[in-house]
Amino acid sequence: MARMVTTRRKVISTAAAWLVGFLIFFPILWMVLASFKTELEAFAIPPSFLFFHWTTENYVTVQERSDYFHHALNSIIIAGGSTLIAMLIAIPAAWSMAFSPTKRTKDVLLWMLSTKMMPPVGVLVPIYLIFRTVGLLDTRTGLVFILCLGNLPIVIWMLFTYFKEIPKDILEAARMDGATIGRELIYVLTPMAVPGLASTLLLNLILAWNEAFWTLNLSTLEAAPLTVFIASYSSPEGLFWAKLSAASTLAIAPILVLGWFSQRQLVRGLTFGAVK
Amino acid sequence: MATQQTQLLARTLLTPAVALLFIWMIVPLALTIYFATLHYNLLDPGSESFVGLENFRYFLTDPAFLASLQNTLVLVGSVLAITIILGVPLALLLDQQVVGLSIVRLMVIAPFFVMPTVSALVWKNLLMHPVSGLFAWIAHLFGLPAIDWFNDAPLFAVILIISWQWLPFATLILLTALQSLDEEQKEAAEMDGASAISTFIYITLPHLARPITVVILIETIFLLTVFAEIFVTTGGGPGLQTTNIAFLIYSQALIQYDVGSASAGGLVAVVLANIVAFFLVRIVGRNLEA
Repeated sequence: MARMVTTRRKVISTAAAWLVGFLIFFPILWMVLASFKTELEAFAIPPSFLFFHWTTENYVTVQERSDYFHHALNSIIIAGGSTLIAMLIAIPAAWSMAFSPTKRTKDVLLWMLSTKMMPPVGVLVPIYLIFRTVGLLDTRTGLVFILCLGNLPIVIWMLFTYFKEIPKDILEAARMDGATIGRELIYVLTPMAVPGLASTLLLNLILAWNEAFWTLNLSTLEAAPLTVFIASYSSPEGLFWAKLSAASTLAIAPILVLGWFSQRQLVRGLTFGAVK
Repeated sequence: MATQQTQLLARTLLTPAVALLFIWMIVPLALTIYFATLHYNLLDPGSESFVGLENFRYFLTDPAFLASLQNTLVLVGSVLAITIILGVPLALLLDQQVVGLSIVRLMVIAPFFVMPTVSALVWKNLLMHPVSGLFAWIAHLFGLPAIDWFNDAPLFAVILIISWQWLPFATLILLTALQSLDEEQKEAAEMDGASAISTFIYITLPHLARPITVVILIETIFLLTVFAEIFVTTGGGPGLQTTNIAFLIYSQALIQYDVGSASAGGLVAVVLANIVAFFLVRIVGRNLEA
């Protein structure tokens, strides 16, 4: 039975929620607006909110002057590559822990979680030196490798919690009917696991796309993804607000869309199932 | 034997992940410990020598360490306080009947998906710039002097930016928890004449205790190693005012090339994070059994 909600109360909470939502979203909105202004207007006081000369020239300049797509491609390869490889390693591991748990499974899971607690800065020095020695600094391979390992515990955990929800009886029924493990995997397990796989993929793409510790420290130019590219706008001599805004808008737009789709999984993925 | 075969298979499937994570955890950590006992500077190659605990003594007695430890604690504490104190009422608000709730929720969550370098630069330039920033203009409208955020209150400016990034996370988790709260319990309290405030204190808040703990622990783990936001806005300055432990270690390693001391610092960071991790792992572990 739903509680009675008076119209008055509904109007008030609606107004309050929209106001707060707008305030929180405002910096992003302001950035998107600035990306369509001229440099002069982006800097102008008093600022113009909607009535300015709308232009798309910043987007053109960002690509021409700084090879935006090179860095966007790096982001796609690094985030996509690291996530896919992590999934390939994690799916069998999570599958095995969810369906053939042993006495040690819980300890293994918690140990995996604890590797994620290691602050990256604690191992910055050795990773940097190893990368320097083997020539992985500023390479996409190196970043794919590091981000893959960094996110592997989260990937395994998310998959594990999804796999555990798949009823085991169905697998047993399939086995009774003479299905081999391979067939069981392809025809029974996979279709049921697809939603969980998709959400895991999505959340970890987002995390890898926005990762800004290893990318800033291990890449400079060639392999630099968008996080590093945007950081290059922080130097005082290169301060162009409208262009910074255009580059930023392009950098966050795809992930904002993905993120909105994955908001439910976000809680699950980042709390390791501690909040449902 | 089907079961034995299955078990063997299960172990085979698990091995790559365990092996990789084991190497990922042990090798760099062992190297960090090893480097921490050396005098080792990349600018002075060939002079490596064993110095025992000298690097730890140097790192821990360095005034920069105390300053950065303090900054780290202030930063973590403030962001936690802000995100939870604002997150609880915000989650309660979004739990009400709101027209267009899905759109409001999207707006509230959005900052979490913005990459750290973008949010830091947009806040620093478009909003907090002392002359042309929007905040300066708003202050001017009210006849107030503009705040030069990154000179007058640099750490607070960084705290504001990071709070904006993490408020959605806290809100979303608290909202998820609120939605699992038994409506009937609240209804019963209301019928018994409980005021909204006492319903909140005696029913809602206890229900939120656990998610709040989880938010605190997870945010702390990420906040202890905040880096990008400081890197692109202040570079740790002015002076050491916004240098946290992560940034201090970074600057010793990759600016001063002092491998030994940076490694010692890295181990200090690992110990700090592990204290928090210990509690988080316990909570998650308890949940795993339930």
